[in-house]
Amino acid sequence: MANWLNLAFQFLDSFAFIVLAAAGLAIIFGIMGVINLAHGEFILVGAYATTLAVKAVGLPLPAAMLAGAVVTAGFGLVVERTIISGAGPNWVWERLEPRLSAALPDQAAAVLPSGPLIEPLYDRLADSMVATFGLSLIMVQGARIVFGNSIDQVATPFGEVAYGAFSYSAYRLVLAGVSVALLGLVYYVFTYTDYGMRARAVIQDDRTARALGVNTERTYAATFALGSGLAGLTGALFAPVISMQPTLGSQFLVEAFVAVVVGGASVVLGTALSAAGLGAIESVFSNQYGTFFGRIALLLTAILALRFLPGGITGYIERVRKRRRRES
Amino acid sequence: MSADDADVVSDPDIRQTPAVKATGERTDTLLQTDGLVKQFGGFTAADSVDFAVEEGELRCLIGPNGAGKSTLLKLITGKHAPTEGSIYYDGTDITDFEPQDRVKRGISMKFQVPSVYNDLSVRENVRLPVQRFATGEERARRIHEAIVAAGLEGYEDVPASSLSHGQQQQLEIGMAAALDPDLLLLDEPVAGLSVEERQGIADRITRLNEEAGIAFVVIEHDTDFVAGIADEVTVLHQGDVFREGPIEEIESDPAVQKIYLGGEGE
Repeated sequence: MANWLNLAFQFLDSFAFIVLAAAGLAIIFGIMGVINLAHGEFILVGAYATTLAVKAVGLPLPAAMLAGAVVTAGFGLVVERTIISGAGPNWVWERLEPRLSAALPDQAAAVLPSGPLIEPLYDRLADSMVATFGLSLIMVQGARIVFGNSIDQVATPFGEVAYGAFSYSAYRLVLAGVSVALLGLVYYVFTYTDYGMRARAVIQDDRTARALGVNTERTYAATFALGSGLAGLTGALFAPVISMQPTLGSQFLVEAFVAVVVGGASVVLGTALSAAGLGAIESVFSNQYGTFFGRIALLLTAILALRFLPGGITGYIERVRKRRRRES
Repeated sequence: MSADDADVVSDPDIRQTPAVKATGERTDTLLQTDGLVKQFGGFTAADSVDFAVEEGELRCLIGPNGAGKSTLLKLITGKHAPTEGSIYYDGTDITDFEPQDRVKRGISMKFQVPSVYNDLSVRENVRLPVQRFATGEERARRIHEAIVAAGLEGYEDVPASSLSHGQQQQLEIGMAAALDPDLLLLDEPVAGLSVEERQGIADRITRLNEEAGIAFVVIEHDTDFVAGIADEVTVLHQGDVFREGPIEEIESDPAVQKIYLGGEGE
């Protein structure tokens, strides 16, 4: 009985971790076609902002967590406007270029770029990986320079619940509940809100969305901010239970990417199904053979999924649906 | 005229149509292109096009393949930026406006290939253009009206991917009409449709034109379809306006017949 409980707890823990690690990444990848290799560092921003809000500002933990998510969403918006869409640098260049051209000799002015400086990285997978990988390096080193190799961690709330010889962190059980609630919230946002409608339309065909009056740039910016905010929330939620080091984001990257690959394009269904499947595999193998084999099983599953389900679980579901529609 | 329009007209930095400038009064011209040129590399797809649409007019745009019909519509909607020339809409120079800002001013377009959202239901497809400017009961009313205009009552919760090609064309016209436009541009709305489906689309276009007062520019090859709906026809050839007039005159024009057979016209 105790081992079944142990297994259930491990499953919930893995499920929560995978959902929270992947949600922000899945939204940004699914809607914008941007692979954010700095996703782990967005989690870092949320974790650090939460910790500093508690330690330096004195906010209570729930308020600090909210602040961590909001700060990361704001940071994401800045990243989107400068690196991903290039709107900020292009705006500056548009105003600077005529003045530079007038001030410079003709030969020098002729080599100045006349159009936008940065082409948006939407739907440019490889380019977005390079740009965000560079950003992640800058962020890790930046955090190290500013805050040092570690900062003080906040205490884990709620204590423990015990059953027989085993005890579990109550906070981790809360995280499982939060991850389910988060999936529900993301589902609601993308299914029922005006923004969700716009985002779903932009995923499928942004040209038509523009023809229908949708400001696709604003939708992309809002989506990146939302994905970043969720990454920040993940950092905030895990701030009490992980070491506050500049490299903390890397702990989330493997699960996040494996979940997105296995889940496929559908943000909510893909993340939920892959987190449930991967969580079950990881918890069973960890429970039977230890954490190391749990992770090996996770990665093997990802390799098999890439081979046999290239569109992920939701890609497979969509294929089956289409076939049924054709047959009917 | 709305307050916004008044601001625009009184703004000296915004150019106005020559007709407005000359008389100081507004004319009935809704859309006017002035020497519109579009080059793709060495190919000139639009060659100094002067094209006008009056308020509430239903004008068809015909011409052989490669005449520049779709290019002209894409220039008007902002999908393509012109190499030269200007586009005036309701007295305002919109040449540099973003596509979504043209939509807000009242220009709506249906593309050649049905561009409905397959994963969304009929209701959600129509909701997308409506939600920008309507909330609550007005939103529900407009969504219902657009579904009626598309002739898809009873299909509200059906995914667009389950509709027939003709129903998808109808849905897209409903989506474009849901934007509450003054000008609706349709690129080959009956391509690949059956005779019955063509008649259904023709009925919807004429009803929206007569009852809602929406001006239309319709690209279509089928002259029977054109004759059934259009007040005026513009023939494009080699990127420029070749002839304009009623369909009877155009159909019997030997020069028009010649360009359709691959000649140089006159």
